[in-house]
Formats: sequence, structure tokens, C-alpha cells
Amino acid sequence: MAGSDDVILLDFWVSAFGLRVRIALAEKGIHYEYREENLQNKSPLLLEMNPVHKKIPVLIHQGKPVCESNIIVQYIDEAWHDKSPSLLPSDPYLRAQARFWADFVDKKVYEAAKKIWMTEGEEDRQVAKKELIEVLKVLEGQLGEKPYMVGESFGLADIAMIPFSVWFHTLNEIGKMNIERECPKLAAWVNRCMERESVSKTLPHPHKFYEFVLEMQKKKGH
Amino acid sequence: MGKGSEIKLIGTPPSPYVNRVQIVLNLKSIDYEFVEENLACKSELLLTSNPVYKKVPVLIHANNPPIPESLIIIEYLDEIYSDVHPILPSGPLARADNRFWANYMDTKFFPLFEELRKTPGKEGKKAIMKQIIEGSQLLEEAFVKFSDGKPYFGGDDVGYLDVVLGCFLGWTKFVEKHNEFKIFDEARTPKLLEWTNRIWSHEALKDVIPESETLMNFYMILMKYRP
Repeated sequence: MAGSDDVILLDFWVSAFGLRVRIALAEKGIHYEYREENLQNKSPLLLEMNPVHKKIPVLIHQGKPVCESNIIVQYIDEAWHDKSPSLLPSDPYLRAQARFWADFVDKKVYEAAKKIWMTEGEEDRQVAKKELIEVLKVLEGQLGEKPYMVGESFGLADIAMIPFSVWFHTLNEIGKMNIERECPKLAAWVNRCMERESVSKTLPHPHKFYEFVLEMQKKKGH
Repeated sequence: MGKGSEIKLIGTPPSPYVNRVQIVLNLKSIDYEFVEENLACKSELLLTSNPVYKKVPVLIHANNPPIPESLIIIEYLDEIYSDVHPILPSGPLARADNRFWANYMDTKFFPLFEELRKTPGKEGKKAIMKQIIEGSQLLEEAFVKFSDGKPYFGGDDVGYLDVVLGCFLGWTKFVEKHNEFKIFDEARTPKLLEWTNRIWSHEALKDVIPESETLMNFYMILMKYRP
């Protein structure tokens, strides 16, 4: 049985990937020390604990690092398997589904969403918007009439995606789009997830994220 | 508990991701039906089984809906056939470490091979070969850590990372020959080089990894349709 002491999270306040880990820790009620990293000046600890990628989030449990957010969430579920709730379903087929959709968020949602503020030029932005909506609609297809992404319980796939809901306001403003209108089921799912304390107390306000992106763009001279 | 040919694997022989699943099925002595796919003209079965990515491998187990993505399939098989030849270790930290390195291989190391194929010109290719070599050094360190003096990443016998990396050896040999460079060599990656020879002749792998002629033909098809 893993102890709740000696858990450190190296993170960056606005990282969707770090937020996943924070939500998972909150779901399990695990106490931890949060350490904010300056990504322009990474700490020696971060470089030591994640020498391969040098990225956050990194969970350090009893001195040992765990890296990659979806892997960390599964680690949290397994190391604290005696603490409820479970973050993955018990059925092997549903577990495979949960992993698939968590991975889909990484492969498709993250890339498509980033393009909205990274592309320049109206034509490219229109293409990026179309791509993003297509990807979000695939998620809506998976959601269907279910309360959560896989099965009846909040878990890995929801945790993987919900931090990106913080991006919606920014995407809507910069992309001149309305994600909630185009994807109403996804919007309803966001509201449902926000009813969980682990989510509502962890996610930063979408306006704060918007300010952050505008600052980033200013620095790049947009 | 016999599960017979309840298992169908949709795939193509030259795909290392498909080979991964075949290796695990072999290790666990699971009978399966191999449904060969023509990637130039994808079947209705593949398109409906993996509508999101339309890629192989896809596993269909009895009446369950299909499962795509090789690493996800491997974990699924490991869970339902947990009594025979476990692939992943049981401890949470060891599992996280194994998953981390599989993720590194799939997102950082193996994509370099495709990039190498697509990059024209000597200078461009040289730069990518340098990255592949750097990657192989990281993998050498990982091997030393995981094997801890034993023959495989998995210890005494083949485990998760042996499968995840081992499935690519047909292609690494091909790429080495085609581009005239060594990915694994005695000076830089001595332990990993030993391991490649060891695993190459392991019975779970040797009938699965295609001959270099098959890979060459597949390579020519890739160059033609996806330059």
C-alpha cells in the first residue's frame, strides 16, 4: 500500500498534461507537494528526474520519477489501488477503450487545438478549425449518450480530455468559433465533469488561460 | 482454458506493429486467425474495425468490438491471458517505466526511420542517422537498467520492451544495410547488440519477423505510394 507522504509533482500551472495528474491525485485524495517549474529555466531536479524528455509533469513518489501524464495517471491508479475511486474500469475490454481514447486526445486533440493559435493566415486557420471540430466530433461519437467517455464512470479518458476544456474559450476567441454550439454533447460532458470537485477545484479559469496564450503570442510578436 | 481461434488479428506481415501482437500471441501460446490486409486497398472489415485511424493491427476477440493500437492490444492480451507468460511486470513503478520506454520508442525513436526514408539528400539523411544513433545510446542505457545483468529487458525471459523493440529488428537490419550505417554496434551499444542477436533467434520472434526480401518489397511500395 503506497503512502501519501513523499509525493512531489513537478508541473507548470497551465499545462493540460499536468492538470491531468492533479485531477487524478485529487480523485484519490492523495496529498502531495506541488512544485511550479519555470519552463524557461528548468530545475536541476526536473532535468535529473526526466532526462529523456526534460518535460513536466513528473510525479516523484518515494524518490522515484514517473513521467508522461497518461502513464502517471495509470501509475496513480495502480499504486493507490486500495483508494477509491478506480480511475480505470475493471473490465479488460473497457480498459483497452479507456487507453485508446486517452491516447487519441494526445494524438489528435492536442495537435489540432494547438494549430488554432499557431497558424497564421486566414486560410490555414480555417483548415485548422475544420480539423479540430472533426476531431471533437469523433469524441462526441464515442461519448454518445453515456455520461462519461468509457462506461458509466469518470476515468482515464475523461481525465485525459477535461483539461483541454480550459482551452475552449481561447480557441473560440482566436479561432472565431463556437465549440460548445458545434459540439453540444461535449459541452454537456464538460459541465458534468465540472460537478466533480477534483475537476472544478483543479482547472484554472479559461480566461486565465486566454491571458496566458495572448502573452505568449505577444512575446512571439504576433 | 482454451480460447481457440476466438482471436482474429487483422494485419500485414511486414508491419512491425502487427508483428508485436503476433509475438505476444506466440509467447502466450494463443491460437489466432491472421486476416491479411491490403493496405493499398483497405477492406471493409478494417475500415469498420478501426474507423478512427484505419490502421493495422486490429484485434478482434470473440464478440467484443475490435481493439486497435498495438500497445493497447498487448496490454489487453496480457490482462485476459494473465496466467501464461506475463508480458508486463506486476509492480506499478516497473509498469510505468516499461510504458514510458515503449512510448519513447513509438513517439521518438521509430518515427525517425520513416523520416529517414522520406528525407532526400545525403546531408538530410546524415542528420537523421545521427539522431537514430543518439536514440540507440539511450536504449542501451535503458537495456542495462532493465536487464540488470540478465539476458532480456524482461529479465530472464522476453518481456514487454523485448517485444516492443524486438519487432523492429527486421527493419533496423534493413535500414542499416540500405543506408550503410550501424544502429547497434559493439563500441556504442554492446549490450543491446548482444541482445539483438539473442532475441532474433527466439522462437516467438523468428517466424514472425519477415525476410529482408519481403521488407524490401514493402519498402519499395512505401517509396512509391508514400514518398
